[in-house]
Amino acid sequence: MRITIKTIIAALMYLLATQATAYADLADAAKGLLSKSYNEKIAATEAIAATGDAQAALLLETLLSGDLYATKSDDRLVYREKTGGGYQIRDIVTDEDLGVVKSGDIIKIRINNRMRGLIKDLLGRLTLLNEDPALRLKAANSVFKSRPKEMIVPLTDALAAEEDASVAAAMRRALAALNFVHGDTTEVQADALLILEEQANPDVRSLLSAEANRLAAIQDPSPEIQVLATAVSKALAKVEEKLEMLGLVENVFQGISLGSVLLLAAIGLAITFGVMGVINMAHGEMVMIGAYTTYVVQELCRNFAPDLLVYSLIAAIPAAFIVAGLCGIAIERSIIRFLYGRPLETLLATWGLSLILQQFVRTIFGPTNKEVSSPEWLSGAWEITGGLALTYNRIAIILFAAAVLFMLMLVLRKTSFGLQMRAVTQNRKMAASMGIRTGWVDAMTFGLGSGVAGMAGVALSQIDNVSPNLGQAYIVDSFMVVVFGGVGNLWGTLVGALSLGVTNKFLEPYTGAVLAKICILIFIILFIQKRPRGLFALKGRAVEN
Amino acid sequence: MLGLRKVAGAITGAAMLATSAFGLGSAQAADDVIKVGVLHSLSGTMAISETTLKDAVLMMVDDLNKNGGLLGKKVEAVVVDPASDWPLFAEKARELIEVEKVDVVFGCWTSVSRKSVLPVFEELNSMLFYPVQYEGEESSRNVFYTGAAPNQQAIPAVEYLMSEEGGNVKRWVLAGTDYVYPRTTNKILEAFLKSKGVAEEDIMINYTPFGHSDWQTIVSDIKKFGSEGKKTAVVSTINGDANVPFYKELGNQGIDAADIPVVAFSVGEEELAGLDTAPLVGHLAAWNYFMSVESEENDAFIKQWKAFIGDDKRVTNDPMEATYIGFKMWTQAVKQAGTTNVDAVRQAMYGQKVKNLTGGTAVMNTNHHLSKPVLIGEIQDDGQIETVWRTEDVVVGDAWSDFIPESAKLIADWTYPVVCGGCEKPMY
Repeated sequence: MRITIKTIIAALMYLLATQATAYADLADAAKGLLSKSYNEKIAATEAIAATGDAQAALLLETLLSGDLYATKSDDRLVYREKTGGGYQIRDIVTDEDLGVVKSGDIIKIRINNRMRGLIKDLLGRLTLLNEDPALRLKAANSVFKSRPKEMIVPLTDALAAEEDASVAAAMRRALAALNFVHGDTTEVQADALLILEEQANPDVRSLLSAEANRLAAIQDPSPEIQVLATAVSKALAKVEEKLEMLGLVENVFQGISLGSVLLLAAIGLAITFGVMGVINMAHGEMVMIGAYTTYVVQELCRNFAPDLLVYSLIAAIPAAFIVAGLCGIAIERSIIRFLYGRPLETLLATWGLSLILQQFVRTIFGPTNKEVSSPEWLSGAWEITGGLALTYNRIAIILFAAAVLFMLMLVLRKTSFGLQMRAVTQNRKMAASMGIRTGWVDAMTFGLGSGVAGMAGVALSQIDNVSPNLGQAYIVDSFMVVVFGGVGNLWGTLVGALSLGVTNKFLEPYTGAVLAKICILIFIILFIQKRPRGLFALKGRAVEN
Repeated sequence: MLGLRKVAGAITGAAMLATSAFGLGSAQAADDVIKVGVLHSLSGTMAISETTLKDAVLMMVDDLNKNGGLLGKKVEAVVVDPASDWPLFAEKARELIEVEKVDVVFGCWTSVSRKSVLPVFEELNSMLFYPVQYEGEESSRNVFYTGAAPNQQAIPAVEYLMSEEGGNVKRWVLAGTDYVYPRTTNKILEAFLKSKGVAEEDIMINYTPFGHSDWQTIVSDIKKFGSEGKKTAVVSTINGDANVPFYKELGNQGIDAADIPVVAFSVGEEELAGLDTAPLVGHLAAWNYFMSVESEENDAFIKQWKAFIGDDKRVTNDPMEATYIGFKMWTQAVKQAGTTNVDAVRQAMYGQKVKNLTGGTAVMNTNHHLSKPVLIGEIQDDGQIETVWRTEDVVVGDAWSDFIPESAKLIADWTYPVVCGGCEKPMY
C-alpha cells in the first residue's frame, strides 16, 4: 500500500517537473532557429518535435506558415498580430504578452524548401489525431510521403479510430505504403500491394516505380525478390492504367475549358461579324475593356467595401457588359454606320480604332500589367482522386461560357429585340418598311456583341494578364472560331470553339504548344478551302447578299 | 547555327576593316556635354521590364550631374523608344550614334534586340552596355555584358538543386519561351546535365510561345513527369508576362515547392510585383542580386531609387544592379582615360572594379563579362526573394560555354595577343 502511494507521489512529482522543464526544453530546442545556417535550423526543428510538447505543433505550424518572428533585442521567438500602431507580439512558447513593437524590432524566421518538407513531415506525425479532419487528411498524406517506420503503430491506431471516410482512405493508403516499404515478410508487402494497386494516385505511382527500379537493379535476385518484383510491376501497370484513363478525362476537360475560353472570346464576334457582317478588328479591345472594368470594380471594392471583395468579380460581370456595350454603341454610331457595305474600309477603320483604344488604356492605366486577384472560391482544384484534379477557375469559366451562350440564345430567339435584329439582318429594306428603326437595331446589336465581349474580359482576367495587349492575343482565335463554325450561327460558334479546343489539347502533348497551334491553323485553312461557309452554313437567300 | 556564326564573323571582320580604314570611327559629342544614349523599349510587350532600366540610367545620370558631372562636363541622357520592335532597335541605335553622337549606349533586354543592334555598334565602333542575363555564346568588341552568362546563373542553379541542400534532384523539366535565349540556355543545360550522368529520358524539354496563357496541359505533364519515382525540378526560362498564368496554374493544380520546385531565370522582384505570391512560396530564382540582400550599398541604392521614382512600393531587381555596375564602371573608365573616346575607354574598362550591391567586388574581364557572385533565393509571400545559397566568391563570366563541344574551345579576350571574341587561338 505504502509503495503504491509512494509511486503515485513520485509519478506526480515527475509529471510536475517535466511540465516545468517542458517549456524550458522547448525554448532551448527552438534556440537553434535563430541561427543563420539552415543545417542548424533543421537540427532545431527536429529537436522541437522531439520534445513532444503540446506547444511544439503550434510552433512548427507558425514556422511553416512564415509567421514566426524573433525579437531583435533579446532573441525571443514570438508571433505577432497587427494593431493600430504596430504589432502586438506574444511569446510562442509561454504565450506571454510582450507588448507592442514596430515592424523593425522583430525579424522573420526564414525557412527553405528542405525545412518545409521536414516540418510538414513532423507536423503530420503530431497531428494524426487532431480534431480537424482536414488536418488529419494532411497528416495522413504527409506520412504517406515521408513513410517513417515508427509511424506504423500510431497510424494503425489512428485508422481504427477514424470516422471520416476520405481521411480513412488516405490513412489506409499511407499505412499500405508504410507496410509495403518497411514490411518484414513478403506477405505483409503483398497485402499492402493489393491496397496500393487500387489507388489512382501519382504519388503511389511514384512509390511503386521507385521500388520497381530498385528491385530491378539488385544483382542476383533471390526467388522471393523476383516474386516481389513481378508483383510490383504488375501493380504499377494497374495504377498506370488507371492514371491513363484519368489523364484522358483530364485532357477532355482541358480541351473543353480551352474551348469555352475560345467560345467566350468569339461569341461577341459571332454577333458583330457573324450576324451583322462587320469585320470588327477592335473586338479584342472590347474584351480588354471588360478586363480593365473588372480591375476597376475590384479596386473600388478594395478601397470602399473590403468586405465585398470576394463578390467583386460577380459585380464586374454586368459592369463590364455595360461599359463595353456603351463603347460598342458609341463606335457603331460614330464610325461603323458610315461604312456599311464597305468591308475593306471597315477593316482598316476598326484596326486603327483598336490601336487607339490600346494606347488610350495604356495612357490611363500605364503599360504594366494590372493584377486582378482571384477570390478564394476560384483558387485551387477539385481533387476527385489523386490523379484527377480539376481547377475551380476553369470549371467556373466553362459554366460561365455556357450561361452566356444560353442567355444570348434567349435574347435572339425569345425577345422582340432579337426578332427585329434577325429581321434587319435578313432583309434590311423590308424590315424598315415594316416600321423597324434599323439604325437603332444596328447600334443595339453592335452594343450587344461588344457587351458580351466585355463579359468575356471578366473571365479572361482570371486566367490571363490584364494588359493593353490582352485583346490582340484573342482576335485571331476569335475570327478562326467564327469562320470555322459558320458565319451567322451561334451553334456553329459553339461547336467550332469546342472542337478546336479539344483538338488543340489532344495535339499539345505530342507536338508542343507552338506546333499544335500551327497544325490547327493549317487545318482551318484547308477546311475553309473545302467548305468556305464553315461547319454550319446558313442557307437561303439571305446569304447571297 | 554554324552558318550564322560565319556570317557574324564576316560582319565583325568587315566592321574592323572599316574601322581601321577610316581611323577612329567613334562619335565625338559636342564640347560641353557628354551624351549617354538610352535604348530601352518604353512601349510594347517589353515596356513592363525595360522602362525600369531607363529610369535607372536617368537616376545614375542625375546623380553624376549632382556630383559635378564627368571630366568637368555635364552628362546628358538621350532617351529613344524602340517600342519592342527588334528591327527598330537597329534603326534607333544608328540614330543615337550618328545623329545624336552619343558617347555610350545603355540598352536592350531581349537577346533578339541585342542581336539586332550588334552589327550597328560594330560598324560604327560605338559602345553598348547590356545589363540582362543572357545565353552567352557571344563576345563583341563593342559590347560590355554586365548581366549573367550561363555559368553565372543557370549552371550554379542546377548544381544547387542537385545537391543535398537543394533536394537531390534527379529528373529535369526544361521549360522555356520559344526564342534564342531559352533555346541556347537549354542546349547548354542539357549538355551539362548529360555530363553529370542524367539520362535522356530524365530530361523533358518544352517550349511555348511568347505570352502563352493556357498552361493546363503543360503543368499536368510536369505533374505526371514528376511522379515517376525520382525527385523532379523545373528549370524555367519562361520570359515576360507568360509567367503570371504559369505560376497561377502551378498554384491551382497544387504543385508544391517541396515536391517539385521551379527555378526561374527570368523572374525577379519586378515580375512578382503583379502576383499573389502566397501559393509560390519556396519556388526558386537564380540571379546575381536580390532586393532582400542586406548590405550598406544595397540599402543606399534602394533608398536612392525610391526617392528618385517617388514611390515607396517600387522594387529593385538584378538588371538594375547590372545597369548600376555598368554605369559606374563606364564613368570610372572615362575618368581614367580622360576622354570619352570609345577605344581609349574600352582599354580603360578592363580591370575596372565596382562594389557589388550584394557584397564583394565586380571586376570587368577582358572577355567583356563581369565577375559576380551567384545567388539562389526562394520566393517569399511578400513578393521578395530570400537568399538560401550563394557562391563563396565571385564567378568569372564565361562567354563561350564549356558544355557545348563547338564553343568549348573558343576563347574571348579583347587584349593583346588574343584580340578576338571567339577564336581558337590568339590572333597575334
